Amino acid sequence: MKKYYQSWGRYPRAEQEVVRLWSRHDPFPLDRIDGKTALPRGNGRSYGDSCLNDGGMLIDVRGLDRLIDFDPETGILRCEAGVLLADILKFAVPQGWFVPATPGTRLITVGGAIANDVHGKAHHQDGTFGRHVRCFELLRSDGSRYLCTPQENSDWYRATIGGLGLTGLILWAEIALKRIGSPYIDSETVKCTNLDEFFSVSADSDQDYEYTVAWLDCTARGPRLGRALFSRGNHVNTVPDKLPRIPGRRLSVPIEPPITLVNSLSLRAFNKLYYARQREHRRREIVHYEPFFYPLDAILEWNRIYGPRGFFQYQCVLPGNDGRSAVREVLERITASGEGSFLAVMKIFGDLDSPGILSFPQSGVTLAIDFPNRGRRTLSLLDQLDEVVRAAGGRVYPAKDARMSAESFDHYYPQWRELLPYTDPILSSSFWRRVTGVAA
Amino acid sequence: MRRVLIIGATSAIAQATARLLAADGDALFLAARDRERLQSVADDLRVRYQVQTETSVLDVTDYTAHEGLVDQVTTTLGGLDTVLIAHGTLPDQKACQLSSGETRREIEVNALSVISLLTPLANHFEQQGHGTLAVISSVAGDRGRQSNYVYGCAKAAVTVFLGGLRNRLHSAGVQVLTIKPGFVDTPMTREFRKGALWASPEKIAEGIHRAIVKRKDVVYLPGFWRLVMRMIREIPEPVFKRLNL
Repeated sequence: MKKYYQSWGRYPRAEQEVVRLWSRHDPFPLDRIDGKTALPRGNGRSYGDSCLNDGGMLIDVRGLDRLIDFDPETGILRCEAGVLLADILKFAVPQGWFVPATPGTRLITVGGAIANDVHGKAHHQDGTFGRHVRCFELLRSDGSRYLCTPQENSDWYRATIGGLGLTGLILWAEIALKRIGSPYIDSETVKCTNLDEFFSVSADSDQDYEYTVAWLDCTARGPRLGRALFSRGNHVNTVPDKLPRIPGRRLSVPIEPPITLVNSLSLRAFNKLYYARQREHRRREIVHYEPFFYPLDAILEWNRIYGPRGFFQYQCVLPGNDGRSAVREVLERITASGEGSFLAVMKIFGDLDSPGILSFPQSGVTLAIDFPNRGRRTLSLLDQLDEVVRAAGGRVYPAKDARMSAESFDHYYPQWRELLPYTDPILSSSFWRRVTGVAA
Repeated sequence: MRRVLIIGATSAIAQATARLLAADGDALFLAARDRERLQSVADDLRVRYQVQTETSVLDVTDYTAHEGLVDQVTTTLGGLDTVLIAHGTLPDQKACQLSSGETRREIEVNALSVISLLTPLANHFEQQGHGTLAVISSVAGDRGRQSNYVYGCAKAAVTVFLGGLRNRLHSAGVQVLTIKPGFVDTPMTREFRKGALWASPEKIAEGIHRAIVKRKDVVYLPGFWRLVMRMIREIPEPVFKRLNL
């Protein structure tokens, strides 16, 4: 059966047939793939084409959604690869445990979190998701199974974390959860009037706050370039007397507008208002973890606002001390173009090593900005940004990418050939073919 | 807290329903044929909801096991309040047409085994004077169609049997629930092209859970199938026999 599985950015369009897996005890579904390539597929929250396999098959593992074992004393969870972070939070938070690293959506699978070695607001203290993966089982298309830990089959472990699903099917994994005192976050939002302020607030916050991230006004120019609302927080250890409101019913974007609702007019107005909404320099409040970590999960299918052509997210990391000037240059190019979106975030990564060969995070500042797809205009801006990132020795995040050139990829990840001995001969993705030139 | 027996517990619909029951704090006794899968479903429920979860490997066509099942469950859980029978196979209609053996096997799994299981269960519930018997039948049992009539015939037998049981057990205060799902995206239907009429097992499970709580008699899931099947049943046979359904 043909299904139009999309990626979160809804660009590019791809056509592939889908095989669903329902049990971790099942064999590799080789008989249903008949000579094509296949790609393991989680919840499809990758933005670009790393979760697409145009002309081939997808192996949808969301049916592998069972928890296997949990020790409430140590917080060690074993679960199948199709389990969503949302499912883990639902059962673990009441017992005082939290996911050790989470991106801005909890609607991703554990398998996807490993394959993209995802990161979040706690990166400066806890590193990437992969660092908390104690072990997993990998099923190859030839039927062989590998139990991978940092010690055992450690080469497969390193290749599979951040390995974009190309090394085999992750069937289940064991993850060390993080102890929390309550589901509530003591959060503070600090207004930064420009980029230098962002860097100094960030440096002041790294030690004392386990979570940091900034929302960035990507339309502000000149002396206000890089102005941001810096958000930082810690789990509250005792449940507050007066409980903050837990978000209730979810909203949804019910239809796809014929054109993107994000244009330079709406963008400027929104960013200005959003920045101005907070009057005081600092605002402190106790909030539930859901709106703190996952504000956009409250609006189902928000990606539809960009219309039928979809959107790009550009996420790069700019390392070391050059980071500052490179960020400035990236932002200047974006403001000059008038492109950009409501959603622009900036964060300082820590210097903890990422375990995967192709892991994205490295020490430095990371910037993630959505762009409505306006065709060539947008693509050429993103190519310009690549030039800046390449010159600064940075990288672009494959999980967000739909357009970087093979040359850029080679520049960002010169070590990608180390992955080749571990890629499964049956497995491939639209992304992988595009950036490596490896044929289907 | 209900004490619940689920037969065919590894089916996608049963598993999704078990999660909703476990979230209510129910104690579960799960029976299914495949030991590994049964264990993985039970582990999930135990870890997720911290409820009592017992298992027993059961081949539904092993009739000698049927009589003892009630005792086994009531001993283990300390009683039995609710039963969900969810096992089944989807016959290959073409293969059944070529083989009476195949046809009998499908009727056996989808109808006879259910009827055999219901016999001691019904007596238990009648005697105890309360409880719920919930059984997954199908919209396919509402009318025979050329594409799927072996399955439809088995489900029709189950539907009629349940109708009789409901009539018999009503005065004893026992709920008999006939569940008629439409197209559901599960391993059983993996060879099918999926369209707008298809529902997820989770969606069906919500309907089953609601129907148990509200003590319904017959539910179509999702609800629009009630209307669709009414129209299909109304088509006169001289017309119906000419349709390609």
